[in-house]
Amino acid sequence: MKIELSPKQKQSQLEFKFFAKEHVAPHAAAHDNEQQISSNMVHTIAEQGYLAPFLPEAWGSRDMDMVTYGLLHEEIGKACSSVRSLLTVHDMATLSIYKWGSDRQRETWLPKLATGEVIGALALSEPNAGSDVNGIETSGEPCGDGYVLHGQKKWITFGQIAGIFVVLAKSEGKPTAFLVERNRPGFSITPIRDMFGTRGSMLALLSFNECRIPGENLIARRGFGASSVALTALGLGRYSVACGSVGIAQACLEACMEYTTKRRRFGSALRDHQLIQQLITDMITETAAARLLCCQAGYYKDQKDPKEITQTFIAKYYASRAAMRAAVNAVQIHGANGCSSDYPVERYLRDAKIMEIIEGSTQIQQITISKLGFQEFEQSRLEEQNLKAAAACV
Amino acid sequence: MDYKNKIRGFFSRFFRTNDLKDGDDIFAQGFVNSLFAMQLVGWLEKEFEIAIKDEDLDIKNFNSIDAIAGLIGRKTGSVVEV
Repeated sequence: MKIELSPKQKQSQLEFKFFAKEHVAPHAAAHDNEQQISSNMVHTIAEQGYLAPFLPEAWGSRDMDMVTYGLLHEEIGKACSSVRSLLTVHDMATLSIYKWGSDRQRETWLPKLATGEVIGALALSEPNAGSDVNGIETSGEPCGDGYVLHGQKKWITFGQIAGIFVVLAKSEGKPTAFLVERNRPGFSITPIRDMFGTRGSMLALLSFNECRIPGENLIARRGFGASSVALTALGLGRYSVACGSVGIAQACLEACMEYTTKRRRFGSALRDHQLIQQLITDMITETAAARLLCCQAGYYKDQKDPKEITQTFIAKYYASRAAMRAAVNAVQIHGANGCSSDYPVERYLRDAKIMEIIEGSTQIQQITISKLGFQEFEQSRLEEQNLKAAAACV
Repeated sequence: MDYKNKIRGFFSRFFRTNDLKDGDDIFAQGFVNSLFAMQLVGWLEKEFEIAIKDEDLDIKNFNSIDAIAGLIGRKTGSVVEV
């Protein structure tokens, strides 16, 4: 067993670190204050090939492996959670089209999504439905050779600037995914402001009022919107959020190391006080553990191993909680300064809380991981029985 | 036939297959949830080096061991006895 990044992955990691430090981190506070990302951020990110970088080169992308993808999302997440949110939602929409779209949909949208000419968004949550995909109320009923959409989608990340939306609706009672262009008549977008964290994520409320779309805008088949399109997208989103959470935890750690080195109390640097060392130790350990879980999930994704589903749930669950603990302790270490926007840790805390909620809340992860754990337990019991039976036959 | 044994082996990770016949509808028997469906797609793509695309998304392609073996056969260009 070898747990080490390849030379190419290490090189990419360095590239991401420098890029995030130079082009993203300096704008993070402004993104948070102004509740929007800077106007040229999409262009800057796209120029680096960081939008949907997993697409094959044929689509003008980088054909990036998922471990490297995780490193990218860690570094961007460390610099600014709102920008990481942009990558997450854009990539979820892009993957949906790449994996489940028709040839025509791929040809139309993937080149634009890969270059950032168009931003994609995933429209799943509703005023009355979030993690419960089967509870969605938006309808997309057949009408002539197309569909008519009715309903609302809420908390849609980067809905304010997205040009194409992957919308989950019920079509004759079956969960179904549709592509909806921003300029469709009957489709309106209302910005949502004053969120607690990731405030630059430009959330929106989407309203569909007799919004007619052509039949060719259906993604995958009717009835496969949840089990195929949404789950594929959420699997990637969960991984991105997990890696972004590692980034937040690392940012907390580094902020605390800097602060406790400079700050002096009772005649010595804060870092020399043992109770501070305990908090720093927890941050170091939990960040490292979260990072390893993310790498493992990325590795399984690269191997196309079905275990990647469980591992991604575990990584997201652990990393988002580790980020929250790190942020709470980072604010504690910074004292009153930590409660002020003069220091970034209060933003990290607000952003970390969001990580525990999006792409499946902590409680949803707990239910799912437990279920998957019992599934593995049953499997190992069965294998044991089979081995015993085989041995008895010999 | 090897396909079918492999599929049965995969199924056995999730539910007991002792009484499951190759033609039994796994949807009708309530074995399938969306997470299982995703794991099945991921496993099929890796195990048989095929890409499941939107045109393959038909319940008839996934509702039994026979159906899945048939899908693999069509995707890989091999003949599967049903």
